[in-house]
Amino acid sequence: MSKRTLIALLILAIVACALPFIVSNYRTFQLTLVLVYAIALLGLNILTGYNGQISLGHGAFYALGAYCTAILMDRFGVPYWATIPVAGAVCLVVGFLFGLPALRLEGLYLALATFALGVATPQLLKYHLLEKWTGGVQGIVITKPAPPFGLPLNPDQWLYFFTLAIAAVMFILGYNLIRGRIGRALIAIRDQHIAAEAMGIHNALYKSLAFGVSAMFTGVAGALGAVAVQFVAPDSFNIFLSIVFLVGIVVGGLASISGALYGALFIQFIPNIADEISKAAPWAIFGVFMIGFVYLMPTGVAGAVRLITRRKAP
Amino acid sequence: MDALLHQVLAGLATGGIYASLALALVMIYQATHLVNFAQGEMAMFTTYIGWSLIQAGMPYWPAFFLTVGIAFLLGVLIERVIIRPVEQAPVLAVVVVFIALLLILNSVTGWIYTYTIKTFPSPFPTQPLFGNRYLSSHELGAIGITLVVLFLLYAFFRFTPLGLAMRAAAQNPESSRLVGIRVGWMLALGWGLAAAVGSVAGMMVAPIVYLDPNMMGGVLLYAFAAALVGGIDNPMGAVVGGFVVGVLENVLGAFVIGNELKLSVALVIIIGVLLVRPSGFFGRTQVTRV
Amino acid sequence: MRAAYGATRVLHGIDFAMEEKSITALLGANGAGKTTTLRAICGMVRTEGAIRFGGQPIAGKRTEDIVRLGIAHVPDGRGTFLHLTTEENLRLGAYVRKDRTNVARDLERVYAYFPRLKERSHQQAGTLSGGEQQMLAVSRALMLAPKLMLLDEPSFGLAPLVVRELFAILRTINTEERVSMLVVEQNAAMALDLADHACVIETGRVVLSGTAADLKKDDAVRRSYLGY
Repeated sequence: MSKRTLIALLILAIVACALPFIVSNYRTFQLTLVLVYAIALLGLNILTGYNGQISLGHGAFYALGAYCTAILMDRFGVPYWATIPVAGAVCLVVGFLFGLPALRLEGLYLALATFALGVATPQLLKYHLLEKWTGGVQGIVITKPAPPFGLPLNPDQWLYFFTLAIAAVMFILGYNLIRGRIGRALIAIRDQHIAAEAMGIHNALYKSLAFGVSAMFTGVAGALGAVAVQFVAPDSFNIFLSIVFLVGIVVGGLASISGALYGALFIQFIPNIADEISKAAPWAIFGVFMIGFVYLMPTGVAGAVRLITRRKAP
Repeated sequence: MDALLHQVLAGLATGGIYASLALALVMIYQATHLVNFAQGEMAMFTTYIGWSLIQAGMPYWPAFFLTVGIAFLLGVLIERVIIRPVEQAPVLAVVVVFIALLLILNSVTGWIYTYTIKTFPSPFPTQPLFGNRYLSSHELGAIGITLVVLFLLYAFFRFTPLGLAMRAAAQNPESSRLVGIRVGWMLALGWGLAAAVGSVAGMMVAPIVYLDPNMMGGVLLYAFAAALVGGIDNPMGAVVGGFVVGVLENVLGAFVIGNELKLSVALVIIIGVLLVRPSGFFGRTQVTRV
Repeated sequence: MRAAYGATRVLHGIDFAMEEKSITALLGANGAGKTTTLRAICGMVRTEGAIRFGGQPIAGKRTEDIVRLGIAHVPDGRGTFLHLTTEENLRLGAYVRKDRTNVARDLERVYAYFPRLKERSHQQAGTLSGGEQQMLAVSRALMLAPKLMLLDEPSFGLAPLVVRELFAILRTINTEERVSMLVVEQNAAMALDLADHACVIETGRVVLSGTAADLKKDDAVRRSYLGY
């Protein structure tokens, strides 16, 4: 990493740590959600941006992580921080298993299959046989965790730092993954999958792995999101959640780690601003921005930033 | 037995609607090898237009045909303006554009018409035909309209020069240019027809599920399932698939898995077909060039 | 005229003229640019330079518009609409024509030239043999009632007897229907028998041109393309 990037990250870290003390509790809560979405978007990007497998159903993995946390906390009394790795592990396995049949599906067909998954998720969550665990249509309410060790923070601030810490871990994990052998293999598979196989990359393994890892990230995000929002219910995990994730990575920047953060900021705050106009306005804006970015700025905000910062360098 | 018959017949009625939407999907797929994720929202949007016309006082059938005409123009417009630039783009870009279209249509409808549920009239009488216990007049009428539309489309493609040109353009664009066919416009026409067929599906389903911006979400899924079952590049297959899926949905929903999980039937069918027999039961197997 | 596929320049200087109602052969080895020349005339590749048809400039026009000027292209690989019937293929050839009675008459004429097509008129074109598909391709071009026919490797993959039969029919079409023809051929011997004039293309340039009779006697041509 270049010195300039390190300095930028340092500044970002300082700002991130200072913010909860400057802004209102509600804003802090929103920033927590930005971090949550950033992790989810990073997950989706690993699969779709870097590995080229289109998923229109990542809301399902988010939901899975969220419900893992909710069920463990509510039915089994597991402390919130312990549920996060469990959610991640469950989603890793489920994602990998989903990735196996997905191997047979290319491009459009995979998009179709995952789209179906995304649409069917709320119904699956409402299934009466699972109601004992999932709470059915009403969902599950979670108690807000209190700051540990008597730290001088209010719950919102604590939650923010907790999420920030996990986000940092996930981003470092993601960064190392992408920059390393695995990332290069994923990109090779995306760009020239036949050549990649010929070069000795075991396509099937890596593609399923990509699905698993991607699901893990999004599942962790879902878990954190559930804790932050303190509530899970089937109808919040409908197809529009999956679509919002897609908007996030397109606007933020496909195949970009920083893009996950830009995208998260976009999908969290646009509805805030646009909600004043009409309940439908945020979605219209998402749609227009998505098309706009695809036509005019396919590398997303991250690409634009890269372009600008590169120009400034001598 | 009685209940089963009822479910089967009702399934045929909804199956006709799925068949229409599936046909629209297949028409676009045949011409462009693209799956139109926004097909449902296009149908929904045009149905709202029909609703506005009727609200403004227009009698049903003139409003119906005007709506179909408007849907046709909308389809042509969307293809020329929004889809044309990305026709040759990588798959992800195309999928993103379709999803964006879905979002825009859905939200614009919500914006203009609000999310309150509205009723959409049926042109068919409320009493069941011949007082039968199995199918409402609307359900029977929907099947009838579906069949008429399908027959008209079949005749168009099979017997008219324009229909022949459209088939040619879909199968072999390069050779089509060499005989003077304007392939771009054939594509736009295909979209127009698909949109028109979709609007008919929308207007047939709206009286049953009530008009609401999200009404086509489930229908689209069933239509996808139907199109895949029949072979995504086979119109006849799409029609048969639609009826099959409609009946399966109803029968399984009523007797096996319960009505709440009906959508999962579509999900299972989609994933199942894609894994086991991706070219569908009537489609042609595709070979990918290395 | 120069032409390129994307960034790859393929034709560096093609310069020749065709007389009306004549048959001209374009000879040359594989990759010399013969097919590209035909595609350039049809507006299927980017070109620089002028192309004139009947005195009218056509460079830069779209393929669909060039067809309407009366140029019919029989592409290499035949370009058959495999999933349509033989007759549907033929009707498509006449797509741009408005004179319906003449089209019907031309269909009968085409069947007269190629009775085998009439036998198979309702069969799927993909089931026809190579030779029959070639006849179908030529017939489809004829259905346009063209002024100029471009034929790309019409002898490709056909038995010599079939080629002879086909070329004889081409000659008849040229004389009776007064259709000019530009024929790209690797089979130089048969092409020179059929044609009135010929050009030899090497690496995207015309290196030799003249009457077919002259070229048949030319030493360089005989050595490189006629094999003796």
